[in-house]
Amino acid sequence: MSAIDTGAALPQQKTDYIPVLLPIALALLAFPLVGSFSTWTTLTLAGLAMGMMIFAMASGLTLVFGLMDVMNFGHGAFVAVGAYVAVVAFAPMGALMQSPSLAANLMALIPAMLLAMIVTGVAGYVFERLLVRPVYGQHLKQILITMGGLIVIEQLLYATFGPQLNPLPLPAALRGSIPLGAAAIEKYRLLAVVVGLIVFLALQFTLTRTKLGLLIRAGVENGEMVEALGYRIRRLFIGVFMAGSALAGLGGLMWALYREQAHASIGGEMMVTTFIVIIIGGLGSVGGCFIGSILLALLANYAGFLAPKVALISNIALMVAVLLWRPRGLYPVTSR
Amino acid sequence: MILSGNPPRGKLLTALLILVVVVLALAPFLFPGSKPANVAAKICVFALLVASYDLLLGYAGIVSFAHTMFFGIGAYGIAITLYALGPSWGAMALGLGAAVVVAAVFALAIGLFSLRVQTIFFAMVTLAVASAFAVLASQLSWLTGGEDGRTFRVPEVLRPGFRLIENGPFGITISGRTLSYYLVFCSVVVLFLVMLRIVESPFGRVLQAIRENPFRAEALGYRIIYHRTLANVLAAVFAACAGALNALWLRYTGPDTSLSFNIMIDILLIVVIGGMGTLYGAIIGAALFVLAENYLQTLMGAAFGALNASGAGFVANFFNPDRWLLWLGILFILSVYFFPTGIVGKLRAEPKS
Repeated sequence: MSAIDTGAALPQQKTDYIPVLLPIALALLAFPLVGSFSTWTTLTLAGLAMGMMIFAMASGLTLVFGLMDVMNFGHGAFVAVGAYVAVVAFAPMGALMQSPSLAANLMALIPAMLLAMIVTGVAGYVFERLLVRPVYGQHLKQILITMGGLIVIEQLLYATFGPQLNPLPLPAALRGSIPLGAAAIEKYRLLAVVVGLIVFLALQFTLTRTKLGLLIRAGVENGEMVEALGYRIRRLFIGVFMAGSALAGLGGLMWALYREQAHASIGGEMMVTTFIVIIIGGLGSVGGCFIGSILLALLANYAGFLAPKVALISNIALMVAVLLWRPRGLYPVTSR
Repeated sequence: MILSGNPPRGKLLTALLILVVVVLALAPFLFPGSKPANVAAKICVFALLVASYDLLLGYAGIVSFAHTMFFGIGAYGIAITLYALGPSWGAMALGLGAAVVVAAVFALAIGLFSLRVQTIFFAMVTLAVASAFAVLASQLSWLTGGEDGRTFRVPEVLRPGFRLIENGPFGITISGRTLSYYLVFCSVVVLFLVMLRIVESPFGRVLQAIRENPFRAEALGYRIIYHRTLANVLAAVFAACAGALNALWLRYTGPDTSLSFNIMIDILLIVVIGGMGTLYGAIIGAALFVLAENYLQTLMGAAFGALNASGAGFVANFFNPDRWLLWLGILFILSVYFFPTGIVGKLRAEPKS
């Protein structure tokens, strides 16, 4: 009879810190190359802001894949929908947007964000029911169908809003930048970093501190076992799909404001970036996705400053480098 | 024999195929003028391009989004050499050869890099690589001409001004343009027959076995990675040939005509609607698609005008000719659901056991 020490702590998995150090190492490495402190600060902040927005768009995609083995090639469509929700939502709130007070701006911005998340969440539900559900487990059809979904949603947006670029001016108080020593910090980028951090922390909290998160993580590792324990993984999955779509919508709204224009083509553009990010991070890993986003955005900003021509392929070069080092991404979560 | 023991099967399908091929073969005489010639040439090029994609998607079960990249490599290969070295057959051969080699090397690299893992990963990696390539091609303007692309001169014999026969019997005139068309047409026919041969070869059979059940194929002793990579390389080489032919016909290569993601979407639509895993689907699909693209849009334009006039402004937007991809997208989704083997699969008689 073996004695089981029930009081002993469960064996802890070793946390892998090397990927976490990568963005820091990259930032430090770029410092002597960039030279001036103020430029470096501006670039780093720009990179962080961009990374946070990309993370918001990509996190849902990687979770959905991890949980249900579904790669949604139509994810970019939700990004575009989020951008157009911004156009529609800001139209009647002109006074609030033009007001120089930050509080008034946020009163316009926050409802718009919530609206974008609700609209894309519902769109995600419909998308899942109509397109993804019938082709579970059939990768080839999944890719084709979700790609078809992207085309159809993009065209619907064009048909509804017209093919032109829709200008999307920033709220008055978020324009311009705050001088910090010699460096200029754009206000909107600060906001983007804050929103991105909130999203990341909320996701991390849900995933690691709640029962729901426990189920999701267990589902990523072994869905059948979770089902065998009596949980309806289908329902879990629809929830994650909707949340992922909602985050994509939020990211799309933020990104459209950042670019100060909305156009249906941003869905396709961002799709490539989000794919690279989740490949870098390891398919299914939210933490990896976060690090991947920041790494990619920082590199893009530094490279854009140091060697604009190289910046064109910095994303792909980063992906290749990471995959050569860890063929399944920074944090290989799933065995797939 | 010429069809490599893989006849179309099914009377209606055979009749349709014969009709398409005969009309294409006689196109310059049946429909004089430059628009029909462009349409016919585009059908030929797309039939080849889509068939090469079908080799991957339909036979090997691999989804690649980098097919336009190989198409573009072929087109730019011809454009760059003819632009730099002047219009000679030697330059053309050099361009084609270089393009084929570059395409094969790229396909090999991507294949070895990412075909070990599953379909989804490969699809994502190819999408990323292809978009990076498109950006590069539009930015390296010293080499590719950037967004403007390269307009180049083709050898004397293929130019519109050249006359092989002027007012011959029945009043036929065979110009350099006609010769260009036949160069495209004949190359496509030959390459298509080669592909038919490939899919019916032992290699093609193994590909299909891997598509159906990779574990079993591996257990039988076939190296999956080898077969998939080779399929990827072959598809890339055929796509590069299609790109080269397209460039020769247009006498121009630019990002929009060779690398744009829209072409990738067109390929996907054609291969699915025409019929995956049949090769013949590429011919039927390309013919239907290109005809629809050129003539159905006129019809949609009429509907758009009528609806606009009747005051249904919002609904009319959905019939705007620019929105025809919307309807094709819906058709695409429906055909993936209900007719995964496409038109050809529906028309094809079940093989007798």
